[in-house]
Amino acid sequence: MKSRYSIFSLLRNALSYHEGWPEAWRSPEPKPSYDVVIVGGGGHGLATAYYLAKEHGITNVAVIERGWLGGGNTGRNTTIVRSNYLWDESAHLYEHSLKLWEGLTRELNYNVMFSQRGVMNLAHSQHDLRELGRRIAANRLNGVDSEFLTPRQVKQFCPIIDLREGGRYPVLGASLQRRGGTARHDAIAWGYARAADALGVDIIQECPVEGFRIEKGRVRAVETAKGTIEAGKVALAVAGHSSVLAELAGFRLPIVCHPLQALVSEPVKPVIDCVVMSNAVHAYISQSDKGDLVIGAGVDRYIGYSQRGGLPVTEETLAAICELFPLFRRMRMMRCWGGTVDTCPDASPIVSKTPVEGMYINGGWGTGGFKSTPGSGWVYAHTIAHDEPHPLNAAFKLDRFTTGYLIDEHGAAAVAH
Amino acid sequence: MLLIPCPYCGPREETEFSYGGEAHIERPKQPEALGDEAWADYLFMTGNTKGVFLERWVHSHGCRRWFNAARDTLTNEVLAVYEMGGKPPKLEKRSYV
Ligand SMILES: Cc1cc2nc3c(=O)[nH]c(=O)nc-3n(C[C@H](O)[C@H](O)[C@H](O)COP(=O)(O)OP(=O)(O)OC[C@H]3O[C@@H](n4cnc5c(N)ncnc54)[C@H](O)[C@@H]3O)c2cc1C
Ligand SMILES: [Zn+2]
Repeated sequence: MKSRYSIFSLLRNALSYHEGWPEAWRSPEPKPSYDVVIVGGGGHGLATAYYLAKEHGITNVAVIERGWLGGGNTGRNTTIVRSNYLWDESAHLYEHSLKLWEGLTRELNYNVMFSQRGVMNLAHSQHDLRELGRRIAANRLNGVDSEFLTPRQVKQFCPIIDLREGGRYPVLGASLQRRGGTARHDAIAWGYARAADALGVDIIQECPVEGFRIEKGRVRAVETAKGTIEAGKVALAVAGHSSVLAELAGFRLPIVCHPLQALVSEPVKPVIDCVVMSNAVHAYISQSDKGDLVIGAGVDRYIGYSQRGGLPVTEETLAAICELFPLFRRMRMMRCWGGTVDTCPDASPIVSKTPVEGMYINGGWGTGGFKSTPGSGWVYAHTIAHDEPHPLNAAFKLDRFTTGYLIDEHGAAAVAH
Repeated sequence: MLLIPCPYCGPREETEFSYGGEAHIERPKQPEALGDEAWADYLFMTGNTKGVFLERWVHSHGCRRWFNAARDTLTNEVLAVYEMGGKPPKLEKRSYV
């Protein structure tokens, strides 16, 4: 059993200059075979491993990651967490996730720095306003906290926003989810990894999966850089590489990958204590505990796996940020980077069985799957353990693109992150 | 930012172009004969290659003509451009896992 993190362990380790902390998880060599092999050590894969062990007692599990834990989109996102989605199916799934977030630091004994500082979505036009009203009503019917703010209330909630007349992006109102907020991106990967490891899950890094052994329509093993590993079941959680691995397994997905960028500024004193999102102008902003402004941009339009995007995209975002928050005009940006986001035509994820028996897919979360990490892992673990989806993810099947039962969150305002 | 060689105007900045997605997708010849699965395939199961991808661009703020390009989606190298309706050039296959 691993020692728990606590104020006492912190003090004890301070005495030895923090040089004596034990490793947070083991790094074993892969065993020849596992009941479940999870491909992808981002938040979703690691959460899945944790819930498989904890909720379903399946502990003979490996998480296989090509690089390092959380090195994909998990470690590259702007960490906005909310559940105010339009459609019932999404609202229930994301709300389940938000509820898990609320107890996660305690459950994992790992500070995921979940901060429910409130997420505000701005409306800049009459059309935005109507969509906002519709979404707020839908949220409330689904038990998701959501309220409307007048421009005056927007200003009270976020005093640094510029609402003087004549701005390029007038603010006509906003929706507010007070239970929404941000969290620490790496912590969710590391916290789940540590907790899963403690339950017996093997975490194997620097080991790309390069192929599958499939016999009579059933997956038997994964081929990796560290050799063949037999698997009772194989669960994909590779986000930006979903199509690549699906192709290796012989099926296709309705997913396309785009570069999505984010950037951070130099650190400053606390200046903005909420999350402000504006879909219409592709600008998202919050401030990290370190003090840097964390800003999310829009996607580059073309298909891309380069994990970097074009400057015109960030320029457009920064122009909008400067328009809404003139006091940031002289801030310097320190770093920008990109991830590869896996988007579905209806902007909803796929958590589902696949045409290959014993193989499962969790992907297509696109630009907004950080918030869903706990919930996604939870329903995916259920799907793998029972070979059947949980009611919460039953609608997020791969065959919805055949039946036409799409969950169209695209036009549904608050989408994006 | 990409530098895209328009076959008609030469190399121009990406911001002059709009993206048209995967190239060479054939419209179903007999739509009324198509089953749900085939429709899903046509509408949604588009290419998402990590490697050399054949795609369409239009030079919106230039000659306004459409053309095809072969681009490596990992390195962003544009390996070839060719006209609409043209056959894709023979290129060395690149694919990455
Ligand atoms: C710039 C940006 C901003 C974002 N902002 C937000 C936000 O504010 N809020 C929000 O909710 N979401 C946001 N997202 C989306 C969110 O980051 C993702 O949806 C989420 O992190 C996906 O988690 P994951 O675990 O599925 O994927 P990842 O973290 O990408 O993990 C997938 C892992 O699979 C590994 N892998 C790939 N191929 C293989 C292979 N062959 N073998 C082994 N391993 C493999 C990868 O190395 C990677 O570590 C943002 C994304 C980006 C890029
Ligand atoms: Zn041209």
